[in-house]
Amino acid sequence: MNAPVNNLSDALVIAGKTYSSRLLVGTGKYKDMDETRRAIEASGAQIITVAIRRTNIGQNPNEPSLLDVLPPSRYTYLPNTAGCYSADDAVRTCRLARELLDGHDLVKLEVLGDEKTLYPDIPATLKAAEILIKDGFKVMVYTNDDPIMAKRFAEMGCVAVMPLAAPIGSGLGIRNPYNIRFIVEEAKVPIIVDAGVGTASDAAIAMELGCAGVLMNTAIAQAQDPVLMASAMKKAIEAGREAFRAGRMPRKQYGSPSSPLGGTFFQP
Amino acid sequence: MKIMVNGQERALAAPVTVAALLDELGMAGKRVAVEVNQEIVPRSRHMQFQLNDSDRVEVVFAIGGG
Repeated sequence: MNAPVNNLSDALVIAGKTYSSRLLVGTGKYKDMDETRRAIEASGAQIITVAIRRTNIGQNPNEPSLLDVLPPSRYTYLPNTAGCYSADDAVRTCRLARELLDGHDLVKLEVLGDEKTLYPDIPATLKAAEILIKDGFKVMVYTNDDPIMAKRFAEMGCVAVMPLAAPIGSGLGIRNPYNIRFIVEEAKVPIIVDAGVGTASDAAIAMELGCAGVLMNTAIAQAQDPVLMASAMKKAIEAGREAFRAGRMPRKQYGSPSSPLGGTFFQP
Repeated sequence: MKIMVNGQERALAAPVTVAALLDELGMAGKRVAVEVNQEIVPRSRHMQFQLNDSDRVEVVFAIGGG
């Protein structure tokens, strides 16, 4: 008897480290630290993104620090370069993050090109990726859904390529599934949809397309009930992954009965 | 002497080390990273690293982000 496909180990491997969850989550835009913690626990995520900011910005002295609430011993931190509009700023941010996190070298590189769309500045992203890889960083790179750029980033040594589904924080879902499919087909490193997911079905579609994972923040944090949405996303990621591995039936134009045609008692 | 800390000017009566500055800012022992004039000052050097006039210091930490 053949073992069902989904009994085989199906771990996500990024830069040599194995993760059982394929959902990566951001830690921004939550009401408070307690909601952050509860939503992230419900999501089952093992990799969490954080931002690096000046200590006098955005801190409530009465609140515990993120590092206390979500201990780096339990989660893999993925410091991001959000808000950077130049390669230099992104590189500085990553170096500060590495110092802050005791030599931790996994980073999410994003260099933005425009405040309205938050689309990546690709030439600047390439430049930053090159410097960071030379400097020993393991770079997970945010990029647009361009198959050629995705290939280029993988070839230069990025440990994961993270194409957007739609603009950051837009919740529009996967706007170009054909491009995501091309990127996945050519992938030499994990392809993780980053940005644009709005609800559980969007995450499932990303996984059904063959993506290695999905990174999201706003879809969970800005839901009416973030903890419940985090749980929904966890299931959507798992369902989409299993559907991808199971291999969907071919699409047909017309109906095809599910019950046998012969043996009916009402035929003459 | 005057230095810039996180974009704000700060007057110092006497030269200080990075460790002393963090202490003054109430951040001694807190998990932060420090950059002086765009160069990282590793935690292991905070005690020795002397700040000079018009140095630009950044003190950062991790906050929620996506």
